[in-house]
Amino acid sequence: MIRVAEAPRKLAWRIGEVVESSPDTPRTKSLFLEVPGWEGHRAGQHVDVRLTAEDGYQAQRSYSIASAPEAGRVELLVERLDDGEVSPYLTDELRAGDGLELRGPIGGWFAWETREGGPLLLVAGGSGIAPLMAMIRHRKAAGNDTPTRLLFSSRSYEEIIFREKLEQLAAGDETLQIIHTLTRSRPEGWTGYARRIDEQILNEVAFSPEERPLAFVCGPTPLVETVATALVGLGHEPTRVKTERFGPTGG
Amino acid sequence: MGRGFISRGFRGRRRRAEGDDRVPPGQYLVEGFPVLSAGPTPHTPLAEWSFAIEGEVDEPRTWSWEEFRALPSEEFTRDIHCVTKWSKLGTTWEGVSLDLLLEGVDTAAEYVVAYSDGGYTTNLPLEEATGGKAWIAHTYEGEPLSPEHGGPARLLVPHLYLWKSAKWVRGLRLVNQDEPGFWESLGYHNHGDPWREQRYWGD
Amino acid sequence: MDEQRLDGNAAAGVLAEIFTFEVTTARAACAHCGATGEVGAQMAYVTEIGTVVRCAACDNPLIRVVRQDEGPERYWLDLKGVEYLQLRERM
Repeated sequence: MIRVAEAPRKLAWRIGEVVESSPDTPRTKSLFLEVPGWEGHRAGQHVDVRLTAEDGYQAQRSYSIASAPEAGRVELLVERLDDGEVSPYLTDELRAGDGLELRGPIGGWFAWETREGGPLLLVAGGSGIAPLMAMIRHRKAAGNDTPTRLLFSSRSYEEIIFREKLEQLAAGDETLQIIHTLTRSRPEGWTGYARRIDEQILNEVAFSPEERPLAFVCGPTPLVETVATALVGLGHEPTRVKTERFGPTGG
Repeated sequence: MGRGFISRGFRGRRRRAEGDDRVPPGQYLVEGFPVLSAGPTPHTPLAEWSFAIEGEVDEPRTWSWEEFRALPSEEFTRDIHCVTKWSKLGTTWEGVSLDLLLEGVDTAAEYVVAYSDGGYTTNLPLEEATGGKAWIAHTYEGEPLSPEHGGPARLLVPHLYLWKSAKWVRGLRLVNQDEPGFWESLGYHNHGDPWREQRYWGD
Repeated sequence: MDEQRLDGNAAAGVLAEIFTFEVTTARAACAHCGATGEVGAQMAYVTEIGTVVRCAACDNPLIRVVRQDEGPERYWLDLKGVEYLQLRERM
């Protein structure tokens, strides 16, 4: 059962313990955290992570929670950006037993609970899958059958984040459909989409505007803006299209 | 906020430069050139761009982009310091000195408000903007100033914190009474001298 | 395409330091152009110098926040750009 904090409270920094750090794709890792006093979250929310160096210098970034509210531990998905300041620390240095300062959950606007209904259209680019994964997992944990379609853009097959976990979630669930597009390279025999998401793909894949889906779009800013503009252009209500641009500070 | 928790093994990209007397107190040296914005990046076409000197002056002046670029500009190298604690040493710029733009301007005004595309403003005493201390810069490291860093032209007043160096500047308004600008009216120090760490009100 | 321009939700962290209610789902009316919408649906510029939430329709600043975290911990909050904030019912 989800326990969501009802009483107003101010957001405070606390130290989570890294329980596990496990690689997913060549560039991504999932960090599993035990956070003392964690009061739960809504699928789609994020945490702010803060790193402090010995000389007092601090760097702060936001990471979406990829785990369902029903899960015990908080899972963060980290993509390692080569020129990043924070992400290489999280993927290369941080290990089980370390503390990680964070605050959250944050951001109630970009969130979905099963009782909000659907149908649910989820569009992700790369690590933008993280908050949408929380939504899909929440839906599964709640035994919910809201018709859901995930349109997921990745560079290559090997770089599809959560690929196997998504396959498991979709297996035997006709109400969850996952459509991939691979933008840079395809495995031999690939018959799926092979280009950046555009209006044509959305027209073929998305629920019709008449079905009034709730849409959540997350990823790099160019993808988010293309998709949001296209969905509104296809007739979807702007207030039912929610976006989370990652912007330049993805790592 | 207290400095309680230290992240094991984390070293930031910025390095504190203890004892380096070119770095003001509390600053770190940084490798890149961070972009901090308070609003959308303007993209005024050069054909529509103009720069004005107006307000408490006998005769307001404006320059089109061609007229502005036809003015003599100087190449100069300065250290720059952002209130968010990063400093960059030895940055090279090219721009028109404010002394040149203000040459012959008849005014009794003591303050200036710089205003930009998108509504940003910043204020300073006129004497902090003259005497070789300020430019309208159009070139950075030998290349036309990019939009994300304030191009086509920005104010550059390197002896003060960089928020005073208004990006996308379009004019200076000379005024008799000081008018706190965008950040100065919301907590940032009215003067902003990095060597006296004048970051916030009351510093 | 402006990479510094994020969704209003990106300001949620800073706003949660000040407000105890969820601001991103609050409905804001722009004092400049009259447009109304959830704060999360507006545009946010979130950097170390400060946070500015701007009206998605007209770009006028709705909410501005500056935080000083050394010395006296202070905040400066400018809400002049907001005609009103309508808070969502508790769920």
